[in-house]
Amino acid sequence: MAVQSTEVLEKPGLVQILHDTRFVFWREMLLPLRDPFSLVFSLLQPLVFLGLFGPLLGAAVGAPAFGGQSTLQWFLPGVVVMIALFGTSMTGSNLQYELMTGSYERILATPLSRSSLMIGRALKEWAPLVVQGLLIALVCIPFGFVFYPLHVLFGLVILGIFGIGLGALSYALALVSQNKEWIFWGVQQTLLFPLMILSGIMLPIEAGPDWMKTASLFNPLTYLVNAERELFAGSVGTDTLLGLLAASVTAAVGLVVGVRAINRNIN
Amino acid sequence: MIHTDKLTKTFTVKKETVEAVKGVDIDVAPGELVAFLGPNGAGKSTTLRMLTTLLRPTSGTATVAGVDVAADPAGVRARIGYIGQGNGGGHSFRVIDELIMQGRFYGMNSTDAAARAQELLTSMDLADLAKRTVVKLSGGQRRRMDVALGLMHSPRLLFLDEPSTGMDPQNRANLWNHIMRLRAEHGTTIVLTTHYMDEADSMSERVIVIDHGQIIADDTAARLKANLAGDLLAVEVAADSAAGVRGLLRRAAAGGEVNENSYDGVVRFRLRLTEGARLAPVLLQQMNDAGAPAQSLELKPPTLDDVFLELTGRNLREGANR
Repeated sequence: MAVQSTEVLEKPGLVQILHDTRFVFWREMLLPLRDPFSLVFSLLQPLVFLGLFGPLLGAAVGAPAFGGQSTLQWFLPGVVVMIALFGTSMTGSNLQYELMTGSYERILATPLSRSSLMIGRALKEWAPLVVQGLLIALVCIPFGFVFYPLHVLFGLVILGIFGIGLGALSYALALVSQNKEWIFWGVQQTLLFPLMILSGIMLPIEAGPDWMKTASLFNPLTYLVNAERELFAGSVGTDTLLGLLAASVTAAVGLVVGVRAINRNIN
Repeated sequence: MIHTDKLTKTFTVKKETVEAVKGVDIDVAPGELVAFLGPNGAGKSTTLRMLTTLLRPTSGTATVAGVDVAADPAGVRARIGYIGQGNGGGHSFRVIDELIMQGRFYGMNSTDAAARAQELLTSMDLADLAKRTVVKLSGGQRRRMDVALGLMHSPRLLFLDEPSTGMDPQNRANLWNHIMRLRAEHGTTIVLTTHYMDEADSMSERVIVIDHGQIIADDTAARLKANLAGDLLAVEVAADSAAGVRGLLRRAAAGGEVNENSYDGVVRFRLRLTEGARLAPVLLQQMNDAGAPAQSLELKPPTLDDVFLELTGRNLREGANR
């Protein structure tokens, strides 16, 4: 009966986690659903980006760097990864408000499993991506983009897995930077851009110096972008597999770090 | 309903160990209404947070609603309600949505959750605000919403951490009405922390006084006051006859302190009397017989603040000064 270790004795099963995640996700989804205007803007943003950056990219870099693909076919998956990156890395920022009021504590006092708190929130940031991704794919069809629905869908699932990991890390960051909100933004912004550039989302990494190519190999995002490019081009191969692996590792690491961060707060 | 054995919590702050709770033993029976009273920083909230699994005990055990807090924290959380110090509603959410989701978090189905939410909105006078976002509620409305959130799953045991801090008197009274009605209707066991002595005094049947992480008293408010404080009696007599009653008053104080100060030819004696209401008339008669009739008399029943002063030598209001 005696308490002796700091080990977590709480080990909810997968069914429990899925069950709880559903409700955490649903609560978070009520925000955009009750205020659908926010969704309209989030749908427009990637289109603007695609429309303004895409043409410049083609003109500046030139076709050879894209491995024989059209600029659009190469760039669009990158934009989708970028939306996922920006969205899910914000998971913690929405939590910050709830940490300041008693809302986070109130939910912590419910029987919900700890990992479901993170997964549900991360998936809420990921959910609009499904609509966004499909929408920009459809819009790009007239401009020569070839749409492979099942491949794209699989690509979005991989991004969802990655998003759970990144969302959990963002969640942990928000907990660690509690009462010092600027730390959250500092870290999030400082990490976001190098990760993004070193993954070849915006510009092909092949065009860069060797050290950048080497650095990109240690960036999980690189594998994710490559996987998405392969899938959006309509094939499933090694890149897809590596991407799925990178996403799964990110998710596992994120959840371990996240649950630790939650439990650290109760010590 | 609650049983703890040498429950302890130590924090390490900047390599310094702080013993926030030093081995408390608490037993609460079903249906009781218990207040943890103590100054800020005394360890009441820390104790409450251990009982609600929001903090892990450093040592000792606690069984809450039949479940061990260390072995099955989620099991404890499923059986209790917790209303924390902050506001529980998410700022941008609608009141009704938050209530229904809270019910779903506790495993209620959507029909039951919606019905219960409606019921609580009505009883907490929030029915008109169901679709309002939380950020647009007033302080009192938010606090009532917190209570509604805590009651969604009809817990048999409810914890409230400083439920009325920062509320105006009218809202405090209103909140207490709701809590008392809940208790009358459902026999809910209620444990709360407060640093308002009048609140602990008038609302709880049982007061556990906590100071420096330890329980220093545990009894009904009435008995604590009778046993530890007694009524405060002030009598004034003419200066030239004061000598005649000094001994009499010392005996009445039964070893307690007798203060005196004189002004304008009058001496004012102040002392504590147990059962003052019964003893004061007797004392007046004795003073008359001694040739020193009282010119005025004041009898004040004790407060829990007097109890705290008696126990610690400090006022409750002085806070956690060591």
